Amino acid sequence: MEILMSILAGVLFMAGTYMVLSRSFIRIIIGTSIISHGAHVLLLTMAGLKTGAPPLLGLEAGTYSDPLPQALILTAIVISFGVTSFFMVLGYRAYKETGTDDTDRLRGTDSYD
Amino acid sequence: MKSNDVILQTATKFVLFIILAFSVYMFFNGHHEPGGGFIGGLMTASALVLLLLAYDIEMVRNILPVDFKLVTAAGLLTAVGTGLGSFLFGVPFLSQTFDYFTFPVLGELELATALLFDVGVYLVVIGVTLTIIQTIGEDQ
Amino acid sequence: MLTALHIAIVAPFIAAVFVPFLYKKLPKIHTGWFVLTIPAILFVYFLQYLPVTSSKQTVTAVWDWIPSLGIHFTAHVDGLGLLFALLITGIGMLVVLYSIYYLSKEREALNNFYTFLLMFMGAMLGVVLSDNLIVLYTFWEITSLSSFLLISYWYEREKSRYGALKSMLITVMGGFSMLVGFVMLYAMTGTFSIQEIIASAGDITSHDLFIPAMLTILLGAFTKSAQFPFHIWLPDAMEAPTPVSAYLHSATMVKAGIYLVARLSPVFAFSGEWMWIVAGFGIVTLFWGSFSAVQQTDLKGILAFSTVSQLGMILSMLGVGAAAIHFDSMDDNLYIGATTAAIFHLINHATFKGSLFMMAGIVDHETGTRDIRRLGGLMTVMPITFTIAVIGSFSMAGLPPFNGFLSKEMFFTAMVDITSFQAFNMDSFGVLFPVVAWVASIFTFIYSMMLVFKTFTGKMQPEKLDVKPHEAPFGMLLSPIILVSLVIVFGFFPNILAYTVIEPAMASILPSLLGEGEQFYVDIYFWHGWTIELYMTMGVIGIGTLLYLSLRKWVAVYDVFPSSLTLNHIYDQTVAGVEKVSSQLTGAYMTSSIRHYLLYIFSFFVVALVFVLFNKDAFSVDGATAPISVYEGVLAAVLVTTALVVMFTRSRLKAIIGLGVLGYTIALFFVIFRAPDLALTQLIIETVSVALFLLCFYHLPQISRKLENMRFRAGNFIVSLAVGLTVTLIGISANSSRLFESIAGFFPEASYDEAGGKNMVNVILVDFRGFDTLLEILVLAIAAAGIFTMIKLRLAGRNDL
Repeated sequence: MEILMSILAGVLFMAGTYMVLSRSFIRIIIGTSIISHGAHVLLLTMAGLKTGAPPLLGLEAGTYSDPLPQALILTAIVISFGVTSFFMVLGYRAYKETGTDDTDRLRGTDSYD
Repeated sequence: MKSNDVILQTATKFVLFIILAFSVYMFFNGHHEPGGGFIGGLMTASALVLLLLAYDIEMVRNILPVDFKLVTAAGLLTAVGTGLGSFLFGVPFLSQTFDYFTFPVLGELELATALLFDVGVYLVVIGVTLTIIQTIGEDQ
Repeated sequence: MLTALHIAIVAPFIAAVFVPFLYKKLPKIHTGWFVLTIPAILFVYFLQYLPVTSSKQTVTAVWDWIPSLGIHFTAHVDGLGLLFALLITGIGMLVVLYSIYYLSKEREALNNFYTFLLMFMGAMLGVVLSDNLIVLYTFWEITSLSSFLLISYWYEREKSRYGALKSMLITVMGGFSMLVGFVMLYAMTGTFSIQEIIASAGDITSHDLFIPAMLTILLGAFTKSAQFPFHIWLPDAMEAPTPVSAYLHSATMVKAGIYLVARLSPVFAFSGEWMWIVAGFGIVTLFWGSFSAVQQTDLKGILAFSTVSQLGMILSMLGVGAAAIHFDSMDDNLYIGATTAAIFHLINHATFKGSLFMMAGIVDHETGTRDIRRLGGLMTVMPITFTIAVIGSFSMAGLPPFNGFLSKEMFFTAMVDITSFQAFNMDSFGVLFPVVAWVASIFTFIYSMMLVFKTFTGKMQPEKLDVKPHEAPFGMLLSPIILVSLVIVFGFFPNILAYTVIEPAMASILPSLLGEGEQFYVDIYFWHGWTIELYMTMGVIGIGTLLYLSLRKWVAVYDVFPSSLTLNHIYDQTVAGVEKVSSQLTGAYMTSSIRHYLLYIFSFFVVALVFVLFNKDAFSVDGATAPISVYEGVLAAVLVTTALVVMFTRSRLKAIIGLGVLGYTIALFFVIFRAPDLALTQLIIETVSVALFLLCFYHLPQISRKLENMRFRAGNFIVSLAVGLTVTLIGISANSSRLFESIAGFFPEASYDEAGGKNMVNVILVDFRGFDTLLEILVLAIAAAGIFTMIKLRLAGRNDL
């Protein structure tokens, strides 16, 4: 199962990277979102899977799964929501201002004067 | 964004309160069962997003004349405030404590300062989500 | 522990914070009056230490800074440090007083000036009173920085900026090299404490790093003290306001290099290389500085080269003084005299050069020019300034009865004596030292005379001056008058310095010579009898006078050097070349294409991680794995299929819905993997995100394909495949190797007992790691604020985008 999940994380990273490298702003944003999904899956997998009951003491189980990665991922999910929305609005505004979503055409000149 | 989907609007009227009630339950239950500030806040926010989708922004603004930026700020202040509260007792920033109290009707209940912190999280999540959705929605 | 000594060192920094407020709130009073109190108080404070150091005691106070690295802010007051501390605060006091009249409170940005000046003062005190090399280095760089800021004080002038940048580049380069040397010293001795390094000095002379450490540290000292060929920054630093030139660029900062050489003499002086390098660079600088000074026409230019030359002189004396360390005791030790002369001249130089700089400032202030070709005949209109100039210049030229005469005689003695030193070829090649010293002294004599006579005698040329010259106000004259009084007092009574300041300072430079309870006896006197030194001085005066009078005839000698070979030209070419190369290099990879940047990041990620993974033999697949059920297999298939669809779809809507499907599938995986909180969060977030995406993308264009050809996409696919594979490898090996015990066991035990919660994930979020959560919601709030700003608050001028 861990190997399968590692492969799934790899597939998600691959899809995300591919999207991020394209020239369209929309695809870049979707790509970042997919990469964060991949990271969440990877984190959970690294900690070991199905090693115990859900981390709720009320269940009075013998062993519980590790709650720490879960807390980390929960934080990450919410943060990635914030970041994705920010990117989205950035892309949206850039499109409104410049009329294109092609990053090659959005390139600045980086000159200081 | 005008919308007059009758089925959606009718369904929303019923579902909205169920979601809201459930989200509050999720929030308060968070210390012992799945739930908490993030989940509760997101659920409340999603209920309001549903309202936004079913009706239009003006209408939601009339029903809920709240500036969600202020909700965010209030949430942040609450969270920082509970952290600063620790200093009054001479313990490090953000130390939490809890105790059991007996109430007339409810019986014995556990009250934790962590809940106050979670209120902050809850408010920030609602405020942020709705600020984002509202600003984008209004721009169109 | 924090002590009064530490507070004294940082007091200028603290005071600097208040300067802008005083400037803004009390514009009626010149800010300098407030600033004046700081050096005045500190001067009195440091005077208290005189009895301590005179009785051969030192004071050490330790304040931990980075104890884990052995870096402590150790304030150490001994004779040498105290001498410099008194110079810094004493001259500082006079300079601030002078600046009150020099800088107009209406026209100048006094807040900047005094903030930087106080910053410098504190940093300089830190340099001379720190026992820890790293602390010393930190303060050292702050002095470079404040010097940079002060030179560029009139930053609207092109030349000020040029001079500031030049001094910064050269001194910071030297400072960095010095840091390398300090680290080498640490590697050899295992401590950053100067006193401890000195204690173990005998053991490191044969170490491999000994010579490299010496060279790198000397590079720092030479750049700071403007030694040839690094002296080129000092003349350009004269663009600073004159009080700054008098303070930083003649009396204190440029002497930091001399301080360092003196301070580390006990460590390095056992080697002949130290003696040759220090004395050699010193004597060359002495000659080159005095030779170049004669060519100058700007009063401050003359003084700048003169400072270069005098610094070389002090350094050469310190180098010769190093010979003393090769003898075990003070008896019959000729070379102690050189060290005495170095310290004595250090003090003398501060007095006469300070007064001369202030004189130049007064002339500039009252006539509007510093060009000696336009000046002349000022003696009658500015009698007091003239007197100051005469005393200062004659002292610099080495004429009796001023203090400069005494130290120049001692300098000649040292140079003559070194030829009899029986090691390191000193007895053969050493003969060059007195010859060069003598020739340089002739040039010193010539430019000293130029300073006085070209400015104050001859015919006044009012038509060449913008304003009508008159004597400066008394307040402006006060500081130089005090300094020239000292020139005379030290000239007649040099021994008031001998017991209080010079002997303790020598004890710091040459500690190995002193046995238990011994001390140096310094006795400076005028009349040595008809010695070779006296004949040398007479020769200097005679030939100097002749050459000065015939200056017009031989001045063409300076045009012999082609301008393309000057050090300044080389410096300018180097800076221009470096700028060109670096902008080409940067331009080659900073393409401002987001895709290129991401490609760098991803390629680095893959290469670095795969290399480490296999290099460290970290890859393994033997971890315990959980079974896979059919349901999970189906979910995995859905996930892969959706990911591929999202990757290759042309439709915007399909991509967004596909993203939603990915999210929900992952939520289901969270359910399987016993993470109810995650599943809930993921479900709701995904719902809200999809709504948001749809709202936004309603207005965005279709994903167009014609932009991206096959080759482009194939390249991307290869990179992304590599990234995916790397992640998979990491995931598998991370699961297979457990390097240490997981801390997972802590939470089931602690979360109910310590935090009263049964949901461990929530307890971690709000209690154990509450700080993370607090900052997380802050990030969320910032994101929301950013979005709100982008949409609602558009830039006023839309065309600016």
